[in-house]
Amino acid sequence: MAGVSLKNVVKRFGVYTIIHGASLDVADGEFVVFVGPSGCGKSTLLRMIAGLEDISDGEIAIGGKVVNDVEPADRSIAMVFQSYALYPHMSVEQNLSFGLRMTGNDKADTDKRVKRAAGILRITELMGRKPRQLSGGQRQRVAIGRAIVREPEVFLFDEPLSNLDAELRVQMRVEIARLHKELGTTMIYVTHDQTEAMTLADRIVVLRAGHIEQIGRPLDLYDDPNNQFVAGFVGSPKMNFIGGRVIDRDQSSATIELAGRETTRLRQPLTGPIPEPGSKVVVGVRPEHFGDAGAGDADLHVNVDVVEHLGSTSFLYARTLAGDDVVIQRDAAAVGNDAAEATVSIRRSYLFDENGLRLR
Amino acid sequence: MSSRAANRRRSILLHLFLAPLALIWLFPLWMMAVFSTMPDRGIFSPDIEMLPHGNFLDNVQNLQRDTDFIGAIVTSVFVATTYTFLSVLLTSMAGWALSRYQFFGKGAVVAIILGTITLPYFVVVIPQFIMVARDFHLANTWVALIVPPLFNSLGVLFMRQSFSMMPHELFDAARVEGVKEWRIFLYVALPLARPTLAALAIILFLASWNNYLWPLLINSKPGAMTAPVALGTLIGLTKVSWGGIMAGAMMLTAPMLVVFVLLQRHFIAGIAAGAVK
Repeated sequence: MAGVSLKNVVKRFGVYTIIHGASLDVADGEFVVFVGPSGCGKSTLLRMIAGLEDISDGEIAIGGKVVNDVEPADRSIAMVFQSYALYPHMSVEQNLSFGLRMTGNDKADTDKRVKRAAGILRITELMGRKPRQLSGGQRQRVAIGRAIVREPEVFLFDEPLSNLDAELRVQMRVEIARLHKELGTTMIYVTHDQTEAMTLADRIVVLRAGHIEQIGRPLDLYDDPNNQFVAGFVGSPKMNFIGGRVIDRDQSSATIELAGRETTRLRQPLTGPIPEPGSKVVVGVRPEHFGDAGAGDADLHVNVDVVEHLGSTSFLYARTLAGDDVVIQRDAAAVGNDAAEATVSIRRSYLFDENGLRLR
Repeated sequence: MSSRAANRRRSILLHLFLAPLALIWLFPLWMMAVFSTMPDRGIFSPDIEMLPHGNFLDNVQNLQRDTDFIGAIVTSVFVATTYTFLSVLLTSMAGWALSRYQFFGKGAVVAIILGTITLPYFVVVIPQFIMVARDFHLANTWVALIVPPLFNSLGVLFMRQSFSMMPHELFDAARVEGVKEWRIFLYVALPLARPTLAALAIILFLASWNNYLWPLLINSKPGAMTAPVALGTLIGLTKVSWGGIMAGAMMLTAPMLVVFVLLQRHFIAGIAAGAVK
């Protein structure tokens, strides 16, 4: 088994820089998820680790060995592709064994590995079928099986579940988590779905426009985001952002006036530099951090557009008096069907400066 | 109900239009069949005969006596088969390289290949003849019949297109698995290109089977001629054996018609692929 280390990895396509000096250490056996919106460079970074894309600058090491100029096949990796990339003219058994057969692996050993992978993924009864005779979930299992038979030191997953329907995605997500537990191998997983990232990862790497924005454990990113982008990307429904202005400060806190309501003031304890009065700030509130009026740091009056009842909980899609859209999570019992207005309190909030950086 | 009736009416109108066109197309073929069964004298009789006679075997016998036509057909089959196999192999390898690899001057290579398509064959054939016959001393050999037309520009572009349209993740997956490039080509790319290969093979086989000018120029040795060239020898200065020519033309055309009917789906698909994509 092996860890993966990236040092100032840069990728340029002509004059365009796609990855701007990414550095990261993935520990042996760790499950790391690259997450970010489409076009942020996460798949490119994964393909660079796989050796399918050249590195313009920097260094990638797998198991302590620099692999910049090493062929993909010699990097002890296996990759699962978004489109499954199963060979359509071969049976499941042939798909699983193709790589081993072509590289002259001993036949008995190949059979043993194929059987083991099929057993792990419960696809033994599908061995004679062609990919077109399989469902999406089965195809994905075969694609993962093809990676398992290589017995790699690092698994690379490139958005493996994005072609599946919602229900199957949840099921396969659990299977991948189970697989990681069973094999204990290092896994690097790319997705744009933050729920997948939160549920699977030991650590998440959030990328935006080729920059690593933050690296951390899922709950750390959720509870303690470094900037507005990470705060907005991690968590579902996403964090609400409400415009505000600093109107007063003392040594350890600032008083914020939320846009449009003189009376809605928020006191924020801060340990770092405190912005001057008059500075514009953004207040971030997660949907679940709203409470009953008068119960929190400040009250917020909103006009409710739509109420979604999910059974145990309800979401209010609303607008502040200053026009910011907010999503508020409340107990189903506390919300009427036709509430047009509501006053809720902010129980917990995050403060960001004008450039989106977190003020702590 | 009314839409079904309208469909039917449209279908009848369409066939009323298509049937005469089909007859016009079939008429020369029918007359070839009729003439192949008539003695030379009968062909030029003032009354145009529209129905077959019984002289086909006599005509074939004359043909065989004058030209060793069976031998010529064997030569043609050998040349067309070898040519098709080698050309499909070569053009698909070139198409693969142009589709999959990035290399310096790739754009120029593609442009040159594309450029050669725009040259009429008759511009190329004389320099090609001089090169093969005078410089390489290959006149009247199998090599001269098969090798010069092997590199088929259209085939290269055809195959390049086919490979380019395959999902590249398939080849990436094989690469990650450590499969060598030539094995990826042989075991992943070629099997997936089977429909295109089939269409290309049919087109190349027909082109070689029907080829007249190049075999006529480069290979006029009696006993080693291809079938169309052998037929051409029946056109003498003083006598033209039309019955024999038509019988030979029938023997050359009939198998191709059968092949065409059996494989027309591939054939049409191939032409459409070349035309649209």
